[in-house]
Amino acid sequence: MTLAAPTRTPATHARPRRTLRVGPVSTTYRRRSLVVPVLVLLLLLVVAALSLGRGDYPISVPEVLGALAGTGEDTARFIVLELRAPRVAVAVLVGLALGVSGALIQTFARNPLASPDVLGVTGGAAIGAVSVIVLGGSGTTAAGVLGGLGLPAAALLGGLVMAGLIFGLAWQSGIDGYRLVLVGVGLSAMAQAVVSYLLTRSALFDAAAANVWLTGSLNGRGWDQALPLALALLVLLPAALAMTRVLSVLQFGDETARALGVRVPLAQLAVVLVAVGLAAFAVSAAGPIQFVALVVPQIAVRLTGGSRPPLLTSGLLGALLLTASDLVARTVLPETFPVGVVTAVVGAPYLLWLLVRGRRRSTL
Amino acid sequence: MAQRTAARPTEETAPRPGLLRGTGSRAAGLWVLLVVAVAVCALSISVGTRPIGLGTVWHALLDASAPGDETVIVRQLRVPRTLLGVLAGLALGASGALMQGHTRNPLGDPGLLGVTAGAAFAVVLSISLLGLRTPSAYIWPALVGALLASIAVFAIGSAGRGGATPVSLALAGSALTYLMFALVQSVTIRETTTLDAYRFWIVGALAGREADVAVQVAPFVVVGLVLAVVNAPALNLLGLGEDVARGLGQRVWLARVVGLAALTLLAGAATAACGPIAFVGLVVPHVARALTGPDHRWLIPASALLGVIALLLADVLGRVVARPGELQVGIVLAVVGTPFFIALVRRRRLVQL
Repeated sequence: MTLAAPTRTPATHARPRRTLRVGPVSTTYRRRSLVVPVLVLLLLLVVAALSLGRGDYPISVPEVLGALAGTGEDTARFIVLELRAPRVAVAVLVGLALGVSGALIQTFARNPLASPDVLGVTGGAAIGAVSVIVLGGSGTTAAGVLGGLGLPAAALLGGLVMAGLIFGLAWQSGIDGYRLVLVGVGLSAMAQAVVSYLLTRSALFDAAAANVWLTGSLNGRGWDQALPLALALLVLLPAALAMTRVLSVLQFGDETARALGVRVPLAQLAVVLVAVGLAAFAVSAAGPIQFVALVVPQIAVRLTGGSRPPLLTSGLLGALLLTASDLVARTVLPETFPVGVVTAVVGAPYLLWLLVRGRRRSTL
Repeated sequence: MAQRTAARPTEETAPRPGLLRGTGSRAAGLWVLLVVAVAVCALSISVGTRPIGLGTVWHALLDASAPGDETVIVRQLRVPRTLLGVLAGLALGASGALMQGHTRNPLGDPGLLGVTAGAAFAVVLSISLLGLRTPSAYIWPALVGALLASIAVFAIGSAGRGGATPVSLALAGSALTYLMFALVQSVTIRETTTLDAYRFWIVGALAGREADVAVQVAPFVVVGLVLAVVNAPALNLLGLGEDVARGLGQRVWLARVVGLAALTLLAGAATAACGPIAFVGLVVPHVARALTGPDHRWLIPASALLGVIALLLADVLGRVVARPGELQVGIVLAVVGTPFFIALVRRRRLVQL
């Protein structure tokens, strides 16, 4: 199922490891896998601070810091804390969730083209959201139910139901990554067709609104979207990081993992659950900003030089990409584009450049 | 590449043989598929908002001056539409098999090389800038867009130090796809009238195409099919891994270029004529592989014929279920094809590519 070899030799591609010894305790690490996340985090803080300051009413960075600390004049404090901070928070959280989710799924599926779409999250969420937009005003029973649910909840529900469906259909006394991906691709293609069909059957005005949602947008997002997402991340992010060791064993294949003492079905279930949860909450908050989950792990693995997408670096890089893209969308472009357009226009050339420049690697 | 480190295929990784083994039964299988395809063509000409008996169809086909509306419907609507379905089905089925063979990825559909996205972007531009509104008018822009996009993907994918590996091609393709669709979105979000025309193109349909569309794309499909058949033996060697193929005397880059050219022509022509119909290229090769096994000399023709059968059956179904209107073939294929595909995935272990 892999693009690359089923038997893999990650070590030949990896940078040399360094050893850290403290008395009897020793561990190995790669310098790049420590330096890169720190640099990305610093860059993220800078971009976030800039993003809080830029807009129709520019505020300098010291004033932003003052507003965050609770001092400074009321206008600046209102604009920073009430208007811009929620949106920046959503951008950071969505980027974080999508980056980690993408890294989890690509490692699990051992396929660099896998993303939450493959597990149906995007397709299901799109059906839920577009149904609300298109059928919401039609006055039928379904419309009443959908309208009462609200768009983010419908998207979350759609994503989770679809992911559950895919997992259930792929289950056959255990889960096989290959089968899961194939079932996911099939159902996602169907979901896309359903969405296209809904778009052709809807009023043009509704279709335009749905089109914006489908691109992924941060317009009008605030604490209402940030809070559920933050709570989800609070639970799911530590869970994801706790799986680092299991993931690095799983990438060698199920049999090797079993031989090394990993309970494979349990580990797979946990990885998929966390990845689906992260993606579903992110998509319900901002729409399917698909590019982040697909490409950020690939960029992260090329930056750190490891053998599989690093979780934390992918998350931070996702947050950076989304925050920077939103800043560009709000300030540089003549009109407000949905951020999904900008992430692709910024991220795609960068991935292409990495491909052109990078040395040959056939691993993830 | 899969066997580069595992020179001898193990029980786990060895490609499974298909249901049909031996040259005789495979050839018989192809004949059966051909007969079914012809029968489905007849069905496609006969069924519609106005059902026409097969006898009447036969007379109308033989005699252009036969009296009655039926002759006009058959000769000017149903036959061109069926012909277009045949060409698109052949093209999509064969290009899907080529794509999965070259990328060794079960998720490989021709869209992966940027064909769909290039065509979509060109269509949106031609709607927005040139004011084109009919599916027939999009053909040439879509074809040019598809070809340019896949050339760009190939150039980018092979620019790295390692050359054009399937991984770099697939990654370059998906990156370019996202870029193109982002540009599509940036146009459709600003211009609602463009969205209005575009949303009917993107579902993929055989309906509403003028009669000469099939004639216009036919040369591309024919050349593509010839290249695909020529490419099949080389693709079998590449399946052993590039190093082994090179050791056996195969010029790897030549095989890749021929395969990608065939793929681009086929998928580009089909997408230009009908809009994106991803499902045929994605699912049909898996079905064909279950029949013939992994030998591309059998797999590619079988996949092409199955593509015709799937596309035309879905088109007929779309005309029947929503009378007097119709459901676009892309939607029918996705909705009907998915359960079928999932049953297939669950029934047997699919071949590891």
